[in-house]
Amino acid sequence: MPKLVKDGAIVENTWTLIEKPEAEADKVNVPAGQVIVPLCIWQAQKAQLETRTDVGVWLDSDETPDSLADDVTRLPLIGVNFPGFMDGRSFSTARLLRERYGFTGELRAIGHFIRDQMCYLRRCGVNAFAFANEETDLEAALKSLNDFTEYHQASVDQPLPLFRRRA
Amino acid sequence: MYIYDEYDHTILRQRVAQFRDQTQRFLSGDLTPEQFLPLRLQNGLYIQRLAPMLRISVPYGMINSTQLRRMAHIARHYDKGYCHVSTRQNIQFHWPDLTEVPDILAELAEVQMHSTQTSGNCIRNTTSDQFAGVAEDEIVDPRPYCEIIRQWSTLHPEFAFLPRKFKIAVTGSQQDRAAILVHDIGLQIVLNDAGEVGFRVFVGGGLGRTPAIASLIREFLPQEHLLSYLEAILRIYNQSGRRDNKFKARIKILVRAITPEVFAQRVEAEWEHLKDGYNTLTQKEIDRAKSFFTEPPYETIDAAAVQAEVDALAAEHLAFSKWLQRNVTGHRIPGYAAVTLSLKRTGVAPGDITDHQLEVIADLADEFSFSEARTTHEQNIVLADIKKSDLFTFWQKAKAAGFATPNIGTINDIICCPGGDFCSLANAKSIPIAEAIQRQFEDMDYVYDLGAIDLNISGCMNACGHHHVGHIGILGVDKKGAEFYQVQLGGRSDNDAALGDVLGPSFGADEMPAVIQKVVDVYVENRTEEELFVDTYRRIGAAPFKERVYAKAS
Repeated sequence: MPKLVKDGAIVENTWTLIEKPEAEADKVNVPAGQVIVPLCIWQAQKAQLETRTDVGVWLDSDETPDSLADDVTRLPLIGVNFPGFMDGRSFSTARLLRERYGFTGELRAIGHFIRDQMCYLRRCGVNAFAFANEETDLEAALKSLNDFTEYHQASVDQPLPLFRRRA
Repeated sequence: MYIYDEYDHTILRQRVAQFRDQTQRFLSGDLTPEQFLPLRLQNGLYIQRLAPMLRISVPYGMINSTQLRRMAHIARHYDKGYCHVSTRQNIQFHWPDLTEVPDILAELAEVQMHSTQTSGNCIRNTTSDQFAGVAEDEIVDPRPYCEIIRQWSTLHPEFAFLPRKFKIAVTGSQQDRAAILVHDIGLQIVLNDAGEVGFRVFVGGGLGRTPAIASLIREFLPQEHLLSYLEAILRIYNQSGRRDNKFKARIKILVRAITPEVFAQRVEAEWEHLKDGYNTLTQKEIDRAKSFFTEPPYETIDAAAVQAEVDALAAEHLAFSKWLQRNVTGHRIPGYAAVTLSLKRTGVAPGDITDHQLEVIADLADEFSFSEARTTHEQNIVLADIKKSDLFTFWQKAKAAGFATPNIGTINDIICCPGGDFCSLANAKSIPIAEAIQRQFEDMDYVYDLGAIDLNISGCMNACGHHHVGHIGILGVDKKGAEFYQVQLGGRSDNDAALGDVLGPSFGADEMPAVIQKVVDVYVENRTEEELFVDTYRRIGAAPFKERVYAKAS
């Protein structure tokens, strides 16, 4: 089973990621077990899917958290996708999910982000990292989580900006 | 000047360690060139035509003598003995070795310097007025706010992978010397009727291939809301700026596409959520930032007596008098002056400075100007606190070191990018054009008579030489593999910012001095008394200039 980084440790990835369907979203058969569905499938099949507790949703970089709005607090897992690592929209998505929509479940970065972005992602509220590149050395990547231990800005992991914490 | 505390040091140390690790992973093949690219750019490291280029951040242009000496040391030990002052007040080294860059960064960190975010799709070094704190027309010193922005923007977790680069400029004076209207965000510090400090907020200015003058989106932003408002602007841009085409990715394109009004509404709506949160600046923090920019121990000087002395020396020494007129600027403290050291000596690339010169400036700063200096976006260096009684001695020393060329603000004070001699983006060389024009305008009495003329040269449409906002702008273009130059007239970067108009078809390099001479001739023939080049152009339009420049030889 593939692994991922979660809460600072390497763990088994027990969730199955469903890609965006080429067919119509309401026709896709969502399997049983822990699955992360794309937003379009969630929206098309919400009536059935919201009765389950093992369904998470992933947002692509051009999808904003308001499209999940009220569902956020009920979901066990939300994924934020990086189609390429230079596409930084999901940093804003992650922060908004935590800070504005009050999401407390697993916030998982998926796709083509790189390990050098993990510290920033963690600060934006991401706590799980599933690299699309399966060759990523997770043991080594763990080190990047804490590239920095001190920061100026207010963010999810430290809501007080440094200027409010300076002695 | 701002002084790092243990927090700043920790962050910078960790940044240096991070980049050392990234460089090692790249060299060992763990990081692909594609992945390393944005990481090295966010550390100011470009791979140029001939060698890497490392851009060092000079926050809002402030640099002290210790830092100047460290620049000299780096120029000598890691480079070819010189460096370059950029149009965004930064300092560039053009010949470092990639493997030595982590060592250079460690040396920089020792003197509270770095190259963080001097390139890449992130928030760049905030720029400001080179006369901040001493200008006679200043309303509020912009530097404490620049420092607050520097800290907020440094390693911001949400905005490190923006659609494109992002530049902020701040001015606190009536006369804008920071070109805020051609920045992604321009902030003008103002006082409201109650005397409270706030900002007029402009968004969406920029040069490059789609030049634009910024739009005012907020008339008065109270100072305590500075960071939450910036965060709202950046978030809208991060979410909605175009990412499909890097040439349409700057915020100016978004602002124009949805209109400044709609953009402003979206920012205000986002800000409603952020306003009054933890990012709200406390009075304590504003005071802390200000505490680093207090007045140095100025002496109480009998200004009239000193002025008489200076006038007497000026009457005796014509060259000194010319330098006083061109390179010395008023100061809000009686008996003091700000001096601009010209990095525009003919035959030297505009903005280039040697290791020895850096040390001379450090010595001059120590002896005459409270050990501080400022880089300018016109690519010169300012020593801002010279006693007028020291001006004559100072001038003699500056002259001996080669930067008392009395050409500040003249047609010879050319803003110029490194161009095709160094830059891999350039379509054409720019430095030789600058030199040829300086040689054309060698007669300084004639040059003074021409008055203030901003002549700006860029080697390509990325516009690092700010050609769009030069009174005379020159743009290097490529025509079937040959280098040509387009002339633009009527641009300006001050409060009345405007983009220049293209005069017509481009010229070969060898034609340029004569073309500029003709342009200047038309001005001289048409100007009214006291009218600057750019005003004459505005009054009479492009036609007379076109006629002269493109006249068929009869």
